[in-house]
Amino acid sequence: MLKFIQEKRKAIIYLLVAAALVTLLSGTYKAAIGFLLVFGVPLYFMSKMPDYATTGERFTRYMFLVISSSILVFLITPVIIIIPLSFNAEPYFTFTEGMLNLDPDAFSTRWYMDILHNGMAAPQAIEGWWADMWENAQWVRAARNSFFIATVSTIIATSLGTLAALGLSRPEMPYRALITSLLISPMIVPLVITATGMFFFYSQVGLAKTYWGVILAHVTLGVPFVIITVTATLSGFDMSLVRAAQNMGANGWTTFRRIIMPLILPGMISGALFAFITSLDEVVAVLFIADVEQRTIPRQMFSGIREQISPTILSVASILVLMSVILLTVLELLRRRSERLRGMSPG
Amino acid sequence: MSNAELTLTEDGIPLKQKLAKTTALQRRRAFLLTMPLVLFLVISFVIPIGQMLFSSVHNDKVSAVVPTFAEAIIQWDGEGLPSEATFEIFVKDLAKAKKVREVGRTVGNMATRINYEMPGSRSLFTSTARKAKKIEAPYKENLIKINKKWANPAIWLTMQRAARDITPAFYVAALDLRYDEEGNVVRADELYQIYLDNFIKTLGVSALITLICVILAYPVAYLLSVLPLRQSNLLMIMVLLPFWTSLLVRTTAWIAILQTEGVINDMLVFLGFISDDGRIQMIYNQTGTIISMVHILLPFMILPLYSVMKTIPPSYMRAALSMGAKPMYAYRKVYLPQTLPGLAAGTLLVFILAIGYYITPALVGGEDGLLISNLIAYHIQKSLNWSLGAALGTILLVVVLILYWLYNKLIGIDKLRFG
Repeated sequence: MLKFIQEKRKAIIYLLVAAALVTLLSGTYKAAIGFLLVFGVPLYFMSKMPDYATTGERFTRYMFLVISSSILVFLITPVIIIIPLSFNAEPYFTFTEGMLNLDPDAFSTRWYMDILHNGMAAPQAIEGWWADMWENAQWVRAARNSFFIATVSTIIATSLGTLAALGLSRPEMPYRALITSLLISPMIVPLVITATGMFFFYSQVGLAKTYWGVILAHVTLGVPFVIITVTATLSGFDMSLVRAAQNMGANGWTTFRRIIMPLILPGMISGALFAFITSLDEVVAVLFIADVEQRTIPRQMFSGIREQISPTILSVASILVLMSVILLTVLELLRRRSERLRGMSPG
Repeated sequence: MSNAELTLTEDGIPLKQKLAKTTALQRRRAFLLTMPLVLFLVISFVIPIGQMLFSSVHNDKVSAVVPTFAEAIIQWDGEGLPSEATFEIFVKDLAKAKKVREVGRTVGNMATRINYEMPGSRSLFTSTARKAKKIEAPYKENLIKINKKWANPAIWLTMQRAARDITPAFYVAALDLRYDEEGNVVRADELYQIYLDNFIKTLGVSALITLICVILAYPVAYLLSVLPLRQSNLLMIMVLLPFWTSLLVRTTAWIAILQTEGVINDMLVFLGFISDDGRIQMIYNQTGTIISMVHILLPFMILPLYSVMKTIPPSYMRAALSMGAKPMYAYRKVYLPQTLPGLAAGTLLVFILAIGYYITPALVGGEDGLLISNLIAYHIQKSLNWSLGAALGTILLVVVLILYWLYNKLIGIDKLRFG
């Protein structure tokens, strides 16, 4: 930090002067804080430029950093902002006066309690509260459905997808391009079209409005992600390991279990996570195929946004953001492990 | 004889033969590994889509309700009015159909089908069907007595067209055309031209979103690719976290931010840029759709661009600059061409995803932000004109498949990576 201040002493002084000017002009120090955030943080990422760089070049580079970091802020803000908003004590979608002044009374967890209370027969009862919540609370039901459907579809998508990826990455694979494009196409074809087709077909064979119908749809939509991640892992795979195993008398299954599987496991897990999150987030197919019985979290959010939008949705959304953070961490750890296994990076 | 044919393996088969056999076996094995998934997708995905394609040209709502009449009217030469015998079959079929209660096979279903092509004719069928049992010979005369609209040859021509199970009628409707009284295809009236306009709007909005994504993604991807690994990993989280966050969460967030009572409007009022009653409507319209869709699709542009930019050695630009090229010139001649593969991948991907988007426009699009997917969903779920929905879907599918083919040709789908 000290080094940073030393290196950019001059720029920091300019910035503080500008911030003081902003405070004077707008009459509030909050604007100056915003100003410092927008123009100060990029300074941290500004690398040392050669001594012969002109002021113009320095300024261009700095402005480039300001612009790129504002774009990154545009990306991350919506995801972050809903977390404080979900603790609003009032039924509003914005920061109240009290929240801005950090008044503890302006914050509450009522919307988180509301997730559980919504739909319960007797939210205030002490006797049988847990059973009532588990059975009747709308969001809890939706969460149970979501996790059940996502888990089953992930297992199917990952096993079928890995098998196919193994075939696709063999050098002898016939019609590779054609079959790959077929297997990836559920990701490309607009969801409305897929859902319409499934709605027509599944209604005829009695799969519409059943769990299996939704699972079938979600496996279909999750498969491309498994294929992409597992083939990516396999592309760096050393095939001589397989030949070595076979040379020593291992049969196909043993080779897969003892040699291939441990090496592609990181890819398989990240593919599975992709499939899981796809199913957890999917709403169009659910809208077309599922009934009230199979309502999932995104389906519940969809009707919540359409019909009676309340901060309860924001608290559900915050929980989902937390889940993505956990997921992202797991993925990053997997990626590092996979790179280490393949000897691509030290440590 | 060549050497390879002479060389024998241990079981006495020429090496060449043995090799061919082994290769064939391996080919089959690789192929068989993909088969379970291929079969699965054929059932869960290919057949359903095929069915949708089929129902865009297939509609048996007339022949299922009045089967004998459907056969008879197809034989009719289209001159004047059909014969007395045809009228008789029609009245008898109608009387029989009136008793049917099975969903999809009622007179109401048939009337709706014909009403698509001849607006306002629905009540003619339902009211006549109620009296059909009492109509007696001469059928032609008595039918016209009940409602003189039956004397109009146009209604019989429409019925003749609708009696055929395989029909281009829904594509005619989807392309904003209609049949005139003589059965020729003409442009629909200005008021009913909604689908072509919507297709054009969808393409326009998608192009705009793609363009904004290119403009926003390029500097970010460049920054990520030149920063040292520690810093770029930190910033990469800001791209990947939204990418991994539920679509509905992000859409909800944008509603909270852009609402008239939302964060941005509050901020603008607080800072005094707008007055309290001059709050800007930024959501539930096309602006809201574009902002949230750019946010949702931006990672799909940043990630391919980043993966290409990361591989470009910085020494190329330095070489160009050291040889006296102006920064802009060096950038245009040296850097930009090398990023083109990433640019093409991101552009096609974002455009393909944008033209089929449904959820975001449905939630924040209001009236004017609706895209073609929303119209398709409307016909499937609300108006229940499934064939028209399927025809619109087929047109969209063709556009997407052409782009997909292009993507495969230019970049190769197997090059697609996430994170």
